[in-house]
Amino acid sequence: MVQHLNGWLRRLPVWAVWLLGLIPLALLVWDTLQGNLGVDPVRDIEHRLGRTAIYFLLATLAVTPLLRLTRLNMMRFRQALGLICFTYALCHLAAWVVFDMAFLWAQMLKDVAKRPYLIFGMLAFVMLLALAVTSNRASIRRMGARWRQLHRLIYPAAILGALHWLWALKVWESRPVVVFCGILLLLLLRLRLITAAVRR
Amino acid sequence: MKLTWSDVTPEAAYLSRRAFIAAGIAAVATPALGLGGKPSAFSTDEKPNSLQEITNYNNFYEFGTGKTDPAQNSGSLKTSPWSVQIDGLVDRPGSYGVEDLVPEAALEERIYRLRCVEAWSMVIPWLGVPLSGVLDKAGVQSGAKFVAFETLHDPEQMPGQRSRIIDWPYREGLRLDEAMHPLTILATGLYGRVLPNQNGAPIRLVVPWKYGFKSIKSIVRITLTDKQPPTSWQMLQPSEYGFYANVNPQVDHPRWSQATERRIGSGLFGGRQDTLMFNGYGEQVAGLYTGMDLAKNY
Repeated sequence: MVQHLNGWLRRLPVWAVWLLGLIPLALLVWDTLQGNLGVDPVRDIEHRLGRTAIYFLLATLAVTPLLRLTRLNMMRFRQALGLICFTYALCHLAAWVVFDMAFLWAQMLKDVAKRPYLIFGMLAFVMLLALAVTSNRASIRRMGARWRQLHRLIYPAAILGALHWLWALKVWESRPVVVFCGILLLLLLRLRLITAAVRR
Repeated sequence: MKLTWSDVTPEAAYLSRRAFIAAGIAAVATPALGLGGKPSAFSTDEKPNSLQEITNYNNFYEFGTGKTDPAQNSGSLKTSPWSVQIDGLVDRPGSYGVEDLVPEAALEERIYRLRCVEAWSMVIPWLGVPLSGVLDKAGVQSGAKFVAFETLHDPEQMPGQRSRIIDWPYREGLRLDEAMHPLTILATGLYGRVLPNQNGAPIRLVVPWKYGFKSIKSIVRITLTDKQPPTSWQMLQPSEYGFYANVNPQVDHPRWSQATERRIGSGLFGGRQDTLMFNGYGEQVAGLYTGMDLAKNY
């Protein structure tokens, strides 16, 4: 079964993953233009982009554990999944700057320095940015072992991203709690896999 | 496609109907669902949000935490018959019907700004009566200093109460002088019609100079007391939500700024506007707080 799936995955071109990954963005643009977003489109755009970013972050994180635990091989798509996540994070930030804050730079700077949920979100974004700009063969070659170290930042970025979501809400809501637990689970799995590898 | 009342009645037609009613032919022109209200000097001349916006963007956690959850889930709320228990330090405690407390003939239209603690705002044409008159009916005793309010607690009708995000029932409170202020109303309608369930039917509080969460919905109990009553958001997170909750651009929510707000309905590029002290009602209410440190009494 897994072999069958892997054979199918080998034939799937990477650009197809990009195409699938951009469907949520296309739907969002469609809904915006059609006026399907409801009473407060700014909030909907911002939140949908943020949620999609973190879902792709989860998908990126899941690639290695899936391979180790089930032999399902999605390694070829990990870079694309990570870059799609970054694309949504970038759009999410841009929506905040342009639509929500309407370029009120003074208030934005003050808020980012002061508000934990914005500090978390911005830190997560800076980490993802570092990963995105080094997400190419040339960087891997140039940076050597340091590349692997740098790219472990995906874990703190994921945790900060989920905290950013939780901290912006007034009460505990189920979706971000599930996402946060998912990230912790993947992180624990990863730690166990690393220690197992070291022991071997 | 789901048809709503706003589809039936375009705002322009509604506005002209209001003019029509004002012209004194109310009795003939008012449609079945319609309510009329005397115009009030307290009304703002800002453009009200559309009925569609007001009824599809609600914080009413009794029906879910999403902004459209109340519109989707509040159909199960049975608003008639409905009575409000008035007790505590009053001369005539008892169970009062909504129509006794807010007779249709006494309704006033109050077009108020609403500022949510989440930093968005709307303009809403409420129909209601001053709370002071309602309290006078029950006879406030001289020892009373505060008024406590409670929302219905019935998970059968309010499915959001099945999750314990808040210690139900929802509770709110005012100091007696705030409750007696002429700006404070009990509303039973909006936009010339009976209050929709998602907006707090059949009877709710509206205190326009305070953050929206103070304006408790679907009230079943009003208690006059000599002690400051516990209020839901303060119970949940006292460092973030105080008893007073006056709109104040200088006192931020610990997790976000209150300096500016987004007016719902202003579109993608509507930007933000400055939040006004006491939501712009300072002239009327600032006197209630003379000598108080509003950064401490947030």
